[in-house]
Amino acid sequence: MLRRSFVHLAGIALVALGAASTASAQGSANVLRIVPQTDLKILDPIWTTAFVTRDHGYMVYDTLFGVDITGMPQAQMVDKYTSSADAKVWNFTLRKGLAFHDGKPVTSADVIASLGRWGKRDSLGQRMFGIMDKIEAVGDNGFRMTFKQSFGPVLEALAKPSGSPAFIMPKRVADTPADKQIEDYTGSGPYVFKKEEFRPGEKVVYLKNAAYVPRVESPSGTAGGKRVYVDRVEWIILKDAQTQANAIINGEVDMLSWMPPEHYATLRTNPKLQTVSPTFAGSYYLHLNHHIPPFDNPKIAKAAVMAVNQEALMRGQMVFRDLYRTCTSIYPCESPLASNKTSYFTGKPQFEEARKLLKEAGYDGTPIVLMHPADFTLLNKLPPVMAQLLKQAGFNVDMQSMDWPTLLMRRTKKDAADKGGWNAFITGWGGSDTLNPLFFAPLTGNGEKGWFGWNKDDKLEELKSAFTASTDAAARKRLAEEIQVRALETGLFAPLGETNNLSVVRRDVVSGVLLAPVNVFWNIKKK
Amino acid sequence: MLFFLLRRIAATVPVLVVVALIVFLMLRLAPGDPAAAILGDNASSAAIQSVRTQLGLENSIPVQFFQWSARLLSGDLGESYFLKQSVAGLIAQRVEPTLSLAALTLVFTVLIAVPLGVLAAWRHGGWLDRALMGFSVLGFSIPAFVIGYVLIWAVSLKLGWLPVQGYARLEEGLLPWLRHLILPAITLSIIYVALIARVTRAAVAEALTEDYVRTARAKGISEAGVLMRHALVNAAVPIVTVIGIGIALLIGGVVVTETVFAIPGLGQLTVDAVLSRDYPLIQAITLFFSFIYVLINLLVDLSYLLLDPRIRY
Repeated sequence: MLRRSFVHLAGIALVALGAASTASAQGSANVLRIVPQTDLKILDPIWTTAFVTRDHGYMVYDTLFGVDITGMPQAQMVDKYTSSADAKVWNFTLRKGLAFHDGKPVTSADVIASLGRWGKRDSLGQRMFGIMDKIEAVGDNGFRMTFKQSFGPVLEALAKPSGSPAFIMPKRVADTPADKQIEDYTGSGPYVFKKEEFRPGEKVVYLKNAAYVPRVESPSGTAGGKRVYVDRVEWIILKDAQTQANAIINGEVDMLSWMPPEHYATLRTNPKLQTVSPTFAGSYYLHLNHHIPPFDNPKIAKAAVMAVNQEALMRGQMVFRDLYRTCTSIYPCESPLASNKTSYFTGKPQFEEARKLLKEAGYDGTPIVLMHPADFTLLNKLPPVMAQLLKQAGFNVDMQSMDWPTLLMRRTKKDAADKGGWNAFITGWGGSDTLNPLFFAPLTGNGEKGWFGWNKDDKLEELKSAFTASTDAAARKRLAEEIQVRALETGLFAPLGETNNLSVVRRDVVSGVLLAPVNVFWNIKKK
Repeated sequence: MLFFLLRRIAATVPVLVVVALIVFLMLRLAPGDPAAAILGDNASSAAIQSVRTQLGLENSIPVQFFQWSARLLSGDLGESYFLKQSVAGLIAQRVEPTLSLAALTLVFTVLIAVPLGVLAAWRHGGWLDRALMGFSVLGFSIPAFVIGYVLIWAVSLKLGWLPVQGYARLEEGLLPWLRHLILPAITLSIIYVALIARVTRAAVAEALTEDYVRTARAKGISEAGVLMRHALVNAAVPIVTVIGIGIALLIGGVVVTETVFAIPGLGQLTVDAVLSRDYPLIQAITLFFSFIYVLINLLVDLSYLLLDPRIRY
């Protein structure tokens, strides 16, 4: 009797749990549950360049200009703009009806303060403000930039989709010193950040900004009309790739914004799911340390670039051919500045030529310390393949495994490689980071003031300055090509190939995911 | 008894001091830099250097230790480098999921392992005893994450009974809380059932050979009474000791299970903090765990007073 009652009760309990499970798995049609690329820790997208913070920025803030799917800047918060023929004076008028989440209108004072803070942190912003004579308000709704010399890429700078985009914040927030993080997350973007429900490592919550006035155009990239069709977006933080796959298969989340490549085979064949391509192709690069031997010798650096076998590298890392392609340009292959003028570089290995170059340069067999971030699954298979290719090209390679934070620390060191420094490492960049020579931090000839690797190349900097000063599209394309050739000829770095970053959504439930330079979450509908 | 308690509490202090010193030194001497991780890939060397200065990482290690210790003595555990929130607040936020998981695991473990161990000892050499030994080997051999994934596949994905991930706080209701914890608790409990059942079996089997058990049987007490009121009670000391050690290990061992089931507890917080070199958080969590271990050991020692009247402090 007792046994029968127990079984009866256990059965009722299981049914109740199961019913509750089904109801919860589906979620509400007005709540979009997304698994972001990684955990959101830092909430200030001007202070840090972390991709996930940038994506958070696009939820909460708006920008003066956006980048459309062809890679061209388009007006976003700006209604009208003009520039003088010599590109020294630029006038902007803001759109009507722009307001922050607290209801206060967006004014030129807010814009000027925001750009000022951004200009202290961002490398392109620093360049722009270094050439700028003044920035001044023209009434409450307009502002003017006056430069000491021609500055062609003003729109590109204001539209810059990654690194640190020039997000517009209220003046009181933008007045926060640039070396401190903001603590007030009021923006004017299509979503409102719900700070009270923010639980780091667990969940981030955004509500639809009902007062947001989108542009009338169709959405395109980070430009156009940013229309929101859900009431609430929850970023559910799931760090384990298997857990992400299980969660979307079970309907507990609606979208994985970065599909874990190791689960591609399972996820693409699941009839409940669909893969979509939401961002411009990213790419991997081999970065060399030009500050110390042997890569302080451009011939030896060039020999390392000649060792690259893009097909082997990308296949080793991405496995599935759908997820990668080779591309010899240093810019994304379908972007406006991409070019096949790549000098000797073909993306295919040239071991004989590399060995000849090493002999000519007097390479003495100094071991190349190649840093290998063993824990970083997005790129940890590339260094072992690269190490083998370098050996075949005649290098003596010492691949050292470490975790990613150690690599980040070690790459700041300018010491000799055998004293804690480094010679080479590989990292990935979003398509938005490499669209333009002024966006791409490693494309530098500034020596010790530049990005890690500290390449010293006055000619490269001259070309970049000419690009900055140019206002003619054809001239800029030609200069971009010259910059590309210069970078490859001096062995600044080597492009290793492009990745097709996919997202996964629940089929017939989620639609409207946009293609953009970065992950954007407006325009998405949920049934 | 009071003197015993005071002595044990006082002994906690040097333990925590040594733990604090060791963790502090290990973190500072290990490679890795929180400043670079905070600022992202596009950050310049100058920006990273500026953050290092802001975080006080440019000071010498003794100075950093002194500054941290001074704050600790005033009750300030510091602020997370990344999250810019108080470490105490972050730990408080994450304690509930971890304690909930640990508590439910313990309940499952004790309710399953102790009766199984008692039965195996009672039928020593029989099929139940052999089955338990076999299960123990499996329980120790199979990693927790494998068990977790298998359970998720079977119960969540195939049967659709329970969710694959996440945690529902108690304030959201008992049923959601339970639903999210059943699978992780079963996952974790398997190894502890294996351990505690074996210890229970051994302790009870030994107790069953004692004279007082023969006497109890001779007096006509039922087998259930002999097992529960004589054998198990007298075997309780080693069983409780292992349960106590198990609790301490459990709190540290939830890391893998929290990752598999995406439970936002202290285990995940620890892993995140270590991977991002969030020194204040790592230091505070380590001290917290050390304190818990010390407290559990004290409670286990005190429980002996209840279980064995011959033990007096």
